[in-house]
Amino acid sequence: MLAQGFLALLSHWRRHRLQLAMLLLGLALATALWSAVQAINGEARASYARAAAVVGQDRLEQLVRADGMRLPQSDYIALRKAGWLVSPVIEGEKRFDGERLRILGIDPVTLPREAAQVDVGAEDIGLSRFITPPGLFIVSRETADRLAGAATPPLSISEALPSGTVLTDIGIAQDLLDAPGQLSRLLIDPRQPTAAKPLAEVAPHLVRRAPVAESDLSRLTDSFHLNLTAFGLLAFAVGLFIVHSAIGLAFEQRRPVIRTLRAVGLPLRTLIGLMVAELLVLSTVAGLIGVALGYGVAALLLPDVAASLRGLYGAEVPGTLSIRPSVWGLGLAIAVAGTLASAASRLWRIAAMPLLAPARPRAWSLASERSLRLQAAAGLALLAAAWLIVGFGAGLVAGFTALGAMLLGAALILPLLLSVLLKLAAALSKGVVAQWFWADTRQQLPGLSLALMALLLALAANAGVGTMVQSFRQTFVGWLDQRLPSELYVTTRSAAESLQVREWLRQRSDAVLPIWNAELRMFGQPVQVFGIADHATYRDHWPMLEAEPDAWDRIARGEGVLANEQLMRRAALRLGDTIPLEAGVSLPLVGVFSDYGNPKGQVIIGVDMLVKLFPDASRLRYAVRIAPDRAPQLAADLRRAFDLPLENVVNQATVKDFSLKIFERTFAVTAALNVLTLGVAGLAIFASLLTLSGMRLSQLAPAWAMGLALRRLALLEVLRSAALASFTMLAAVPVGLGLAWMLLAVINVEAFGWRLPMHLFPLDWLRLFLLAVASAVLAALLPALWLTRRRPADLVKVFANER
Amino acid sequence: MLLELADVSKSYPTGEGILHVLRGVSLALDAGESLALTGESGSGKSTLLHLAGGLDRPDQGAIRFGGQDIARLGDRELASFRRVSVGLVFQQFNLIPSLDVGHNLAFQARLGGRHDADWTDRLAERLGLVKLLERYPEQLSGGQQQRVAIGRALAGRPQLILADEPTGNLDEATGDAVLDLMLALLAETGAALLMVTHSTRLAARLGRRLHLTAGRLT
Repeated sequence: MLAQGFLALLSHWRRHRLQLAMLLLGLALATALWSAVQAINGEARASYARAAAVVGQDRLEQLVRADGMRLPQSDYIALRKAGWLVSPVIEGEKRFDGERLRILGIDPVTLPREAAQVDVGAEDIGLSRFITPPGLFIVSRETADRLAGAATPPLSISEALPSGTVLTDIGIAQDLLDAPGQLSRLLIDPRQPTAAKPLAEVAPHLVRRAPVAESDLSRLTDSFHLNLTAFGLLAFAVGLFIVHSAIGLAFEQRRPVIRTLRAVGLPLRTLIGLMVAELLVLSTVAGLIGVALGYGVAALLLPDVAASLRGLYGAEVPGTLSIRPSVWGLGLAIAVAGTLASAASRLWRIAAMPLLAPARPRAWSLASERSLRLQAAAGLALLAAAWLIVGFGAGLVAGFTALGAMLLGAALILPLLLSVLLKLAAALSKGVVAQWFWADTRQQLPGLSLALMALLLALAANAGVGTMVQSFRQTFVGWLDQRLPSELYVTTRSAAESLQVREWLRQRSDAVLPIWNAELRMFGQPVQVFGIADHATYRDHWPMLEAEPDAWDRIARGEGVLANEQLMRRAALRLGDTIPLEAGVSLPLVGVFSDYGNPKGQVIIGVDMLVKLFPDASRLRYAVRIAPDRAPQLAADLRRAFDLPLENVVNQATVKDFSLKIFERTFAVTAALNVLTLGVAGLAIFASLLTLSGMRLSQLAPAWAMGLALRRLALLEVLRSAALASFTMLAAVPVGLGLAWMLLAVINVEAFGWRLPMHLFPLDWLRLFLLAVASAVLAALLPALWLTRRRPADLVKVFANER
Repeated sequence: MLLELADVSKSYPTGEGILHVLRGVSLALDAGESLALTGESGSGKSTLLHLAGGLDRPDQGAIRFGGQDIARLGDRELASFRRVSVGLVFQQFNLIPSLDVGHNLAFQARLGGRHDADWTDRLAERLGLVKLLERYPEQLSGGQQQRVAIGRALAGRPQLILADEPTGNLDEATGDAVLDLMLALLAETGAALLMVTHSTRLAARLGRRLHLTAGRLT
């Protein structure tokens, strides 16, 4: 009985192969985009975890300086003498042939075994090779590929290390980082002898830091990954519209079969069970295809994502994917859950359907005006909820919840809005064909509304994210002009060279402005401190958001601090608040500047104050003011005079180009996901039109019989699709603007710590409008072509009595 | 002679081979005349009606309307022929569900550029549809829908009305009333009627009757 019932149900798909293909394709695509995002996020998170686990930071307590600065090696010696089992680590960044790498120097002899990710005593490495010059770089295979040809010590491969990290001996690392006798931290061996002297006696300026299970990178990049996840969910939701539509149609078309199966004695529960089993089979097949496709999409997107993460956060993520069981599991689970959720209401209706209920193949799409109004009311409620969440909620999750509520609310309102618009168009039409066209379009609305809602979501996301990205771009370009007014930027290689270069430049340029910096922790976060000279370059150009009238004078006198917007928002600072700096010195906040693209907090003080408070501050960089036409010659002379590499003397245009490239790559992923989402929405329309085309014949045949030629009817079908897409686009613009506003004013502030002004780009909307109409026309083309190729015999069947 | 079918044959390919629906059928119909076409299911009645209305083309033979062979017309000319010269009434009514009764009534007449508002109003009155003009087909009974279909067929004052089991979906009393109304209006407009029916009782009410058996007139 079970097998017979199941076969009877499955026979539907044999007769409706296109419908089956659309169902599988919709679900596979939805799963694919979701899985792609999960695979990318999984790869990145695994990479952060590897980074966090390097030399046991995630398991071992450490001793560090409270201010975050490096500690002298003498502290290590003193502690060892006092009986402490500690091991020294130095960490820093270094460029090799343009590749920026994280250098980790360890002492393999004292390294606790919990921190020994790589056995340096192993045969292929060898302790003596590791500790004696030129030493050994232990890196991942990907890092080794990146370093091919660079002047480095010999390389040894270990996949235990994250991409972009070099593990080497501490002495060699100190030389490379130009930090002789300095350490970043001391790892505390868990097996400490009880007799050791107290820390306060031996090294009172050091503090214990608990193991850090979650790296700074993981925290910093959370918002980036949340953004990707939100996009993945949006694409999945758009795909589910196809699934819901296809399942709904299939269930309604099978009403007679279901009625017959029940009439011949198949119990209702068994029937529902068979239908659930059928859905499980279909969703598993589609889910597997979807996850496989998702890996393909992820492989295509990952290089851009990796570049974004490196550019934005300095986070190293390998450009290759690993197969993760969690992605497969999650992908399949969401495919099955999405399918069952899409089918739940249909299954419920079948469970409640009387045995002798008539088959109504069109009933699924004939939503009444009342249900449209109810749906719109739910939409309005969601919009109101979004507004309330924005007003009273806080945090990124609240921001995305508001965003989701707004998008879903707008989608629910769309069918009623279109219905009203089409009614108006019919009322304003004069010709009989135009009147019929609008009235018939309105009648098609219930069958197409799910696809149109999907299109609205995709178009609104495109318009909104596009507006956000373009607003960001416009602001960013203007901001770069303000932030990078100097003609040349010079990075020297050592303190000694720095002094010489400064002196050399002073004689040949209008001004040499130091860009010296130090790191410290304040308000529980790492913050960069920059010292700048008192110069018109800053007074005239610096991108201030708010400032005291005498801010620059106070900075010059060492009586004030500027903070970037990120720090101001995270620490809830206001002008006049006290900013704690080094050695008990605190200064009032006198201004806040915009600092787009920087994930970290930053403060600016006068350069003299920086030198006073941070004697060890890095003093290697300068900005040089000179007449723009003289800049290229000066750069060439400088490189020649000090044998400086090309990348150490860069002009303003190069820095801007580099920044813009990072910017473009950062949003390349967003743009790709945008296009894919629009593609899925286009497919939703195609699927709906295709499944409706079979039913359309009985609606079009009377008009044909009364004298409307098939070609004209086909043209009207294409126009209908274009008209609906146009109206949907009209609705998508305000939704997109709302989305852009929320991204700029809510999500960005929560995620990155900066708020951007919103600019409008009507030409982009026009392009999107044309794209939407083009995709709708394309979607309608095949069914229309089929219509023109119908034989009269197919059409007259509609009128035949013996059907 | 308004309509003439000369040696018309039509066949369809089926899974079991070629099905010959009509085999050399010839008939003629004068203006204002009414002709009933009877026969068993599958005898080819509806196919003949569809060919006469320019909905399909014969494999062989000529179908002349007002002396012109419509079997030789292209799609565009056939569509124009249907718009202007023919009124169609089907058993399933085949009204346009998205248009209300008023718009359905005038639809074909307006398509053919033969809309006469006074005549359409009179038709609505005669057919008892005045109070239903703003309703949609799904809100009407079968009898009401068929009255709208008859009104739609007559609104453009075509020379020929083709009716395929026009009362087949109605009970006997309603069917009789609908047919009475159609015949009265035909008499008023002078249009010819070719009606397919199973019912010999209804066929007897028309001027002439022909019987089809296995694609041949008997």
